[in-house]
Amino acid sequence: MIFGRSERGKPPVEPVTLKILVAGGFGVGKTTLVGAVSEIRPLRTEEQLSETGRPVDDTSGVESKSTTTVAMDFGRITLREDLVLYLFGTPGQERFWFMWDELSEGALGAVVLADTRRLEDCFAAVDYFERRSIPFLVSVNCFEGADRYPAEAVRQALDLDDGVPVVLCDARERGSVKEVLIGLVRHAMDHAADRREAALN
Amino acid sequence: MSEDGQARNHWFDDEAGPVVRPYAMTRGRTTSPAQHRLDLIAVVVTEPDAGDPESDPGLSPEHVEIVGLCRGAPQSVAELAAELTLPIGVVRVLIGDLVHAKLVHVTRPVPPAELPDESILRDVINGLRAL
Repeated sequence: MIFGRSERGKPPVEPVTLKILVAGGFGVGKTTLVGAVSEIRPLRTEEQLSETGRPVDDTSGVESKSTTTVAMDFGRITLREDLVLYLFGTPGQERFWFMWDELSEGALGAVVLADTRRLEDCFAAVDYFERRSIPFLVSVNCFEGADRYPAEAVRQALDLDDGVPVVLCDARERGSVKEVLIGLVRHAMDHAADRREAALN
Repeated sequence: MSEDGQARNHWFDDEAGPVVRPYAMTRGRTTSPAQHRLDLIAVVVTEPDAGDPESDPGLSPEHVEIVGLCRGAPQSVAELAAELTLPIGVVRVLIGDLVHAKLVHVTRPVPPAELPDESILRDVINGLRAL
């Protein structure tokens, strides 16, 4: 190793790390969204499926994917030397929920990315975060050629609670994704305030 | 294994995927005694007074690589797994070994119960705006 020892005595900064999940159906643009704001090319990490996962490991239709691993793409945003935000794309298929449980633990919140042509693909994710009262927002990825629907129509179609923000975005655009993330963190703050209030009453 | 004649001698086939190799690095262990549940964003920091890990015969090249990577800058568990192209489960065991050997320590991410801390969330918003 060629790491210099010149910095001896000056311990490296140990950052506070936070994570945001990016969920949604297969091919909706999760990795694109992560890549748009990440300071590193999205990295891929894999976990091997445990034997208990095997009986339900039906890979029909995704034959090209490995049958033994589940991959997650993630990116990193260094907000400050001592504050680092990670974005994790959740594994596409719902059967990988055991990974979602681990990912969502301690998560700041989640972005559910939706494609209006296949809105039903994000039902599972919406349901998942609702049940665990993890703050989330729905971000409609405006694909070229897809019809534009007002946010209100998407809210009704997904039967979302009034408090859940619905925003339009372009997952390829850094500025657009930044706004989505800021919207989510704001929502997480409101969510936390509501919970504190509820706890007091 | 793909040779026809040989394949029949194995109790598993190619469809089983590479089930053996990664965990051979951990000598078959899927947990380690020092392994507290390591979050994917837990940060691994090399101890400043950690000696040369290569001189420890009990450590594998992967152990040594983790110590080296985290000496330059602290790394999250997810980043280490991606960097070493190893499954997260394997990396967790290796990190557990290194914690046990006192070569690295792990900083826990903000505990879930304390997470919605307003000042941190405000810092995140300001940080995102400044990007």
